[in-house]
Amino acid sequence: MSVKQISVFLENRPGCLHEMTKVLADAKIDLRGLSLAETSDFGIVRLIVDDVTGTASTLRDAGFVASMTDVMAVEVPNVPGGLNRVLEILDGAGINVEYMYAILGNKKSDTAYMIFRVNDNAKASSALRSSGVKIMEAEELSAL
Amino acid sequence: MGNYYQPEIETMPREEIRKLQNERLLKQVRHAWEDVPYYRKKMQEKGLTPDDIKSMDDLHKLPFLTKADLREAYPYGLMGKPLKDCVRIQSTSGTTGQRVVAFYTQHDLHLWETMCARAIVAAGGSNESVVQVSYGYGLFTGGPGLNGGSHLVGSLTIPTSSGNTDRQIMFIKDLSATILCCTPSYAAFIGERMKEMGMTPNDIPLKAGIFGAEAWSESMRRDIEATMGIKAYDIYGLTELCGPGVSFECEDQHGMHVNEDYFIPEIIDPETGEVLPEGSTGELVFTTLEKEAFPLIRYRTRDITSLSYEPCPCGRTHVRMSRLKGRTDDMLIIRGVNVFPSQIETVLINQGYPANYQIIVDRVNNTDTLDVRVEMTPEMFTDNLGIVNQRQAKLVEGLRSMLGLTAKVTLVAPKTIVRSEGKAVRVIDNRKI
Repeated sequence: MSVKQISVFLENRPGCLHEMTKVLADAKIDLRGLSLAETSDFGIVRLIVDDVTGTASTLRDAGFVASMTDVMAVEVPNVPGGLNRVLEILDGAGINVEYMYAILGNKKSDTAYMIFRVNDNAKASSALRSSGVKIMEAEELSAL
Repeated sequence: MGNYYQPEIETMPREEIRKLQNERLLKQVRHAWEDVPYYRKKMQEKGLTPDDIKSMDDLHKLPFLTKADLREAYPYGLMGKPLKDCVRIQSTSGTTGQRVVAFYTQHDLHLWETMCARAIVAAGGSNESVVQVSYGYGLFTGGPGLNGGSHLVGSLTIPTSSGNTDRQIMFIKDLSATILCCTPSYAAFIGERMKEMGMTPNDIPLKAGIFGAEAWSESMRRDIEATMGIKAYDIYGLTELCGPGVSFECEDQHGMHVNEDYFIPEIIDPETGEVLPEGSTGELVFTTLEKEAFPLIRYRTRDITSLSYEPCPCGRTHVRMSRLKGRTDDMLIIRGVNVFPSQIETVLINQGYPANYQIIVDRVNNTDTLDVRVEMTPEMFTDNLGIVNQRQAKLVEGLRSMLGLTAKVTLVAPKTIVRSEGKAVRVIDNRKI
């Protein structure tokens, strides 16, 4: 129950992020989601795209270090306390969230979509599912 | 007082050592003159004949031999015996573009193995010991040298050669190896792996390690000793001279005893070639005394060290050379500390990075700065910032342990390190002094 995320290593200097987005733009790759974590000298960009394998090889061919990671795409009710509810379930199941970020979904305004990187995907998915939270498959993400 | 392999030689009074060296030097010079036309020509260019060398006091008159001579004379030009008298060759990897091929007669092999035997006994070895030789076997001198020495001592020898770390650990454990011989960086690597496997020093039967073939620091020694619960002994040698065993540490761990019955060491100023006074730091030069196939007179090692003739608590009387400070040709002095790119390379390789790096030295507010730029690789990259940060911190710690100073580590994108003529520019020194 997971989708693939691409992580890219970038130096933290002017122009680096743009070099990467240019590669993606030239290959006509549509970004579903993006998050950036940085230190003073480097950063890690995480990307959600439709064609994971194709995008990763495009980036590698352009000289970037890119890796793929399994993450969970979770449908979160777009109401106050919606995210809190999801985290409560994960906490209750003893899951550690390493990072998370919101991604775009423009079909339904009552739903938000979030990517979760956790220490145990299977356990987290089943905990969320049994509490009625929807986990998205890759095809569902693409259909958004 | 310690254990000796050959007490009568290893604890010989200084004046007797000198007498022996004088006798042997005259013979060796005559051997080079008569049997090595390349060296005879060098002596003739200086207007010298063997008769001009009456004792060690005349040694400084003799011309040097350098790596360049070795290259020029490759492969047979420096041989002192016909090939039919030779039984072995050993060679260096030639990674620096300077492959060395050395020849050995049966007698030369015996000298070499004797020196390695002295080193093993100095590290506590005996016929009760189990010696695991994890140096590479083959053209590289490490494996064959310690292997032969271990046989002379009568130790049970495990010739694992290098690599396959889990198997190394299995042999150490299952066959209760008591002495490990390998490069210090491989020892550190084996130690880390043992730790990962949950082994504590108590689970490790090893008592001693004989580590050499590369420059390492005192703090790296302490790290290895603590991880494995052993005493780590430094050993030194060059393929040109025979291989490991030219000098070795005793239990006192204050410098390596040079086998003075087989070599005369000198320290010279690498710029002028002048012999420096006792205790000075400079380039180490060796004259072989007993070599048949490959006699070398005043061979410049390019290694930087100093010599001490102070009596050693272990009872050995042979001169001690200090821990190797590096090589003359690539040494950097940063905040007063001698730094060698090879040391940085060792740390990177140990931690799984390719040896693709650049060292940037600068001076900010009158203080030298050292920035090591390392190219990120797919193997070392993960989506987790914390883990990448930890790996970076581990590199900083590894460098601090190796160099004795704090360096900044910058992770850079692949293929960003400037290459000229296909070879990366390793050192950029921006200091304006």
